[in-house]
Amino acid sequence: MNPKDSDLATKANLERAQIRKERMGLLKKNKAFIVGSVILSIWVFFAIFGNLVAPFRADDSDYDFVSSPPSMARFFGTDSSGQDVFSRVIIGTRLILVMSFIATALGTVLGTSLGLVSGYFKGWFDTILMRLLEAISAIPALIIALLAIAALDGRSPTMTVFVIAFVFTPNIARTVRAAVLGEAELEYVAAARLRTERTPHILFREILPNVLPPIIVEFTVRLGYAIFAIATLSFLGAGVEFGSPNWGTQISENWSSIFNNQWWPTAFPALAIASLAVSVNLISDGLLEVFEL
Amino acid sequence: MSMTQTNSPIPALELRNLDVAYTVRGIDRQVLRDISLTIATGESYGLVGESGCGKSTAAFAAMRYLPRNGKITGGSILFEGNDMVAMSDSQVSDLRKSAISMVYQNPISALNPTIRIGTQVAEVFRLAGSSRNDAMMLAEQALNQVRIADVARVMRRYPHQLSGGMAQRVVIAMALASNPRLLVMDEPTTGLDATVEAEVLDLVRELRRETGTAVLFISHNLGVIRHMCDRVGVLYAGALVEQGATANLLSEPSHPYTVGLLRCIPRGGLHKNTDRLETIPGTPPPLGEHFDGCVFAARCSLADDICRTQKPEMVTVGDQHVARCFKHEQAPSMPRAVEGLTAQSSGRAVRPHTTANLLNIDHLSKVFTQDGHAVTVVNDVTLHVGVGETLGLVGESGSGKTTIAKLILGLTNSETGSRLVLEGKDIAASLSKRDVQDVGAMQIVFQNPDQALNRRHSVTRIVSRAVERLRGLSHAESDDRAHELLAGMRVEASLHSARPAQLSGGLKQRVAISRAFAGAPQLVVCDEPTSALDVSVQATILNLLVDLQKQDGTSYIFISHDLGVVRYISDRIAVLYLGRIMELGSSETVFNGPHHPYTEALVSSVPAIDGSQRVRVRLGGDIPSPANPPTGCVLNPRCPRIAGSGVEHLCTSVEPDLKEVEPGHFIRCHIPIDQLRTLQK
Amino acid sequence: MKTFLLKRLGLSVLTVLLVAIIVFFMTHILPGDVARRSLGRQATPQDVIDFNKSYGLDRPLLVQLFNWLKDLLRGDLGVSMQTSRPVSEMILPAIGYSSRLAGMAFVMIIPISVVGGIAAAMNRGKKIDRIITVGGLSAAVIPEFVWAVILVLVFGVFIQIFPVTAFPDDPSAGILVHMGYLILPSIALLFVLFGYIARITRAGVIEALDSDYMRTAVLKGHSRRKAVTSHVLRNALLPTIAVIASQVPYLVGGLVAVEIVFNYPGFGTVLLTAVGARDYNVLQSGVIITSLVIVSFQLAADILFAVLNPRIRQRISE
Repeated sequence: MNPKDSDLATKANLERAQIRKERMGLLKKNKAFIVGSVILSIWVFFAIFGNLVAPFRADDSDYDFVSSPPSMARFFGTDSSGQDVFSRVIIGTRLILVMSFIATALGTVLGTSLGLVSGYFKGWFDTILMRLLEAISAIPALIIALLAIAALDGRSPTMTVFVIAFVFTPNIARTVRAAVLGEAELEYVAAARLRTERTPHILFREILPNVLPPIIVEFTVRLGYAIFAIATLSFLGAGVEFGSPNWGTQISENWSSIFNNQWWPTAFPALAIASLAVSVNLISDGLLEVFEL
Repeated sequence: MSMTQTNSPIPALELRNLDVAYTVRGIDRQVLRDISLTIATGESYGLVGESGCGKSTAAFAAMRYLPRNGKITGGSILFEGNDMVAMSDSQVSDLRKSAISMVYQNPISALNPTIRIGTQVAEVFRLAGSSRNDAMMLAEQALNQVRIADVARVMRRYPHQLSGGMAQRVVIAMALASNPRLLVMDEPTTGLDATVEAEVLDLVRELRRETGTAVLFISHNLGVIRHMCDRVGVLYAGALVEQGATANLLSEPSHPYTVGLLRCIPRGGLHKNTDRLETIPGTPPPLGEHFDGCVFAARCSLADDICRTQKPEMVTVGDQHVARCFKHEQAPSMPRAVEGLTAQSSGRAVRPHTTANLLNIDHLSKVFTQDGHAVTVVNDVTLHVGVGETLGLVGESGSGKTTIAKLILGLTNSETGSRLVLEGKDIAASLSKRDVQDVGAMQIVFQNPDQALNRRHSVTRIVSRAVERLRGLSHAESDDRAHELLAGMRVEASLHSARPAQLSGGLKQRVAISRAFAGAPQLVVCDEPTSALDVSVQATILNLLVDLQKQDGTSYIFISHDLGVVRYISDRIAVLYLGRIMELGSSETVFNGPHHPYTEALVSSVPAIDGSQRVRVRLGGDIPSPANPPTGCVLNPRCPRIAGSGVEHLCTSVEPDLKEVEPGHFIRCHIPIDQLRTLQK
Repeated sequence: MKTFLLKRLGLSVLTVLLVAIIVFFMTHILPGDVARRSLGRQATPQDVIDFNKSYGLDRPLLVQLFNWLKDLLRGDLGVSMQTSRPVSEMILPAIGYSSRLAGMAFVMIIPISVVGGIAAAMNRGKKIDRIITVGGLSAAVIPEFVWAVILVLVFGVFIQIFPVTAFPDDPSAGILVHMGYLILPSIALLFVLFGYIARITRAGVIEALDSDYMRTAVLKGHSRRKAVTSHVLRNALLPTIAVIASQVPYLVGGLVAVEIVFNYPGFGTVLLTAVGARDYNVLQSGVIITSLVIVSFQLAADILFAVLNPRIRQRISE
């Protein structure tokens, strides 16, 4: 065995481990990633412990303190029914986070499956799927969601989650399909066929691992948009049940009070939505930049 | 347009102790180290080296153009005595407009896809101050100068509508339009077909004679350098290791690297049966590697501690001939290194065979549909491959050689009427219909190991999985066998758990070969297996393939555009043109003649390293599209031997059959073999 | 060229047809009763039967689909279940208003986003690039209504510059006044659309900047600036056309929320009310019209792209 070969080879090994270490280091230094992670962690904390940490219960109406501005006792003030805005905000975190996550996960799994099959087999399945997806894309996502909710007569979060997953599927399927189209041309796929591998193996053990990076990025991006969609839907009065505090309805219910210069019942939920969505987006942005996608 | 040469003492270009570095992930990596070279007015200087040596960087440095993360960390670049580094951006722009021009490696992508050719060429003149109309006329003249037929039509085209050769002529026209005193050419013919390359190189030589421009010619191909350059410098890992007059340096090299390089190349006359290729152990270092001593010490068989710790200076070894080495005197007689397989790696005795031929291919055809037209890519090909023999497939773009490989392996379905017979047994056209033994019996090594190996799988898994599927062994047994195979290919154990991205090109290709041999195949198709590798690495792979063949009796179908390699490794060769076999015979017969006019042109287009010149037989025009083949013999519009042959009327109307003109030698031509023999003497 | 246009047009028509079918089936798989919802709790069974009959809801599904498509092609959008008046009467004026808002937003969005993308690309890696890219995408992920709320709070309540409704109290006021009222809602829409358009533009410009032909232009002797203007932009902006077309759906979707916040009697408001009232006729027709608009934009963009891209243009004319 040639000693010179092994020196160079070991160096190559070290180089790769070095690159991974450099990347993790860069990630830790990436401002977007850090800011995003910090903010998201705070919200996740509230999602888990909101009920325990909140100073008041969500539906605790205190009629002595109706519509009072932010104070030491009530950080975000109270709304027109005397409920503490701060408590309602932090308790409402769980619903929106859980819904967004499940909707995105569902949409990603669906979209990935469709994209894999479509991109690998091409043919008539692909053509029909692409036409269908194009048709769905010709309707604004929000309107599809509204329509679906109207059709399904839904005030249930479960329904909303499914609807949003459905609305996300086309874009994810398209991204995955494009990636798969490129991968399937590469010779390692032919090599797999040349050792009698069957299609499921090729799709899931050969191609999928290579298209995972864009899928992961797509997931984080979609997560931000899921938050966007759920907030908007609840604002418009669709898709979530009455009663449980959620940020969108908090805003729509208290909108009229801004004309009395009572900004706090709407401002704080609005900022909550904004900060949550942005934090997720910053994380995906950090990932994108560091892994040079 | 010709100028008399007045050799002014001020050189056209001088690089003085030039250091260039790239910043990658925050760290500076040295790409050019202390480069000093001079190009006199009107002289042609070649810079030769393998990947990562920094030759492209040197070319761009001569234009004072560096990538975003590049910087000059030391030394100077002098154009006609003026320091380019100190110049302002507008001064450099002025130089580029009128004094220095460049020709690029990928001509089509070097042109703007949304602007017509005529406008792009005219732009050069407009930059020099001409009016719009004048510039267009001058552009037309410039394109005529590069021997483009039907200039008016070409001027209205867009880059993607041109062939590679045509696009390169356009780029050359643009470069020469400004009457430069220095022309920098960065691998201008890499990626072009052999006959097209020869045409372009001839054009450059003629134009150089006419204009007297100095040329900096970058290439990895020593034959081309010999053909085109007066002097040459050898680059390794960013350092100039040897420099001198081309003929002299290539016949009497003094640096161990140059010596090794010249020894690795399979030159005419060498054959696997009688000669083993020499190798340079290891691989060229990646860009920006750090060295304490000599850059080549890690791979040099003469290196000792002095070499590893001290940087050698340039030493004069002959007339105008310098080498950067402590051991230059011993270099020419340095010990030979020959790498190949280690021990027996297949664990299988040579299988006794029942039929004379391993594989019979009968009437293989393939028709694709493109934009509604039927395009015959492979037209009624009949071949056979013997046991333990190598059949070389040679051809240019559109020859169908890659498609033939895919058809044999079943990756693409052949047309009805095609028949594949392996050891007397009919094989299904489609891969999915073949049984496991047949699939394992015919395997492939692809050109590009980056794409041929799944980058998310470990090396072990890549080979082991093939063993598992093709031999039916258990997972653990397959892993063991995989380790054995890899070790036999000199892929050491510590790398087995690595992913392909961590390996060099040569190592990756060895993994690919291990995988191909996992099922103990009887036939392995090698589709340009060494084309993506450096010359010094290529020899190792070729030796490996030869060893495996000797040991296991495996047959190869070896596809390559590199005629030297094919000649070395093949027993018989088939020459393909537009999906048809033009000639079939033993390796030596096909190369030495008498041979088919196409083969003649092909063989004569390869420039030899020793400078021996065959008479250049030129093919007129461009390769026709397979969608629209000429009537009669498909070569007839371009055939160099058609005129005066006495059979022109046949050539233009009837397609000749493949006839056996000598035992084992087949030619598809109307011209009788004896006439060819006389013509080609 | 003609075949290409016809083919493309055909595809668009097919898409709209598919949309129609999808919408139809979506609105008809309903648990829950349209009639009962529309007529209210006092409805008697006979009322329900009458209702269903007059709206053709008692026919088999496919027959309903066929009739509806037939009517659509004649331009008959049906009758609103809420008001019993023709749907077109409700929708058309609303579309007019929404077009004004969308138009205003579009006119603001395109130049700002494209210039932003180019600026980010030309200053790649520097702070301004990060601000535009990260800022843009972060802004895009904040829902339009949140932006609308924030804008109203800041510019309407705290610093009172802009009016907080999108509609002047006096409808006969001049164009400029109307436009003034539309500024805030347009800005809300701008924030959401800027990020993606800027990002794609940036990517297109960067790819062109890094390309071989850009290098050729510089090595011919062009100054960097001149190389960019004559060589880069014409290639870089091609993907921008495609991305603008792809954002039209999001613009339309955003109209809904923004109109609510600003109390604007546009198309979005009509749709939303129809959702609440389960007025399927309005909903169906409304969605079809939306899709028609979007598909037309995409068709126009595709044609423009083909015309500007020599590779495609030359292939379709041969």
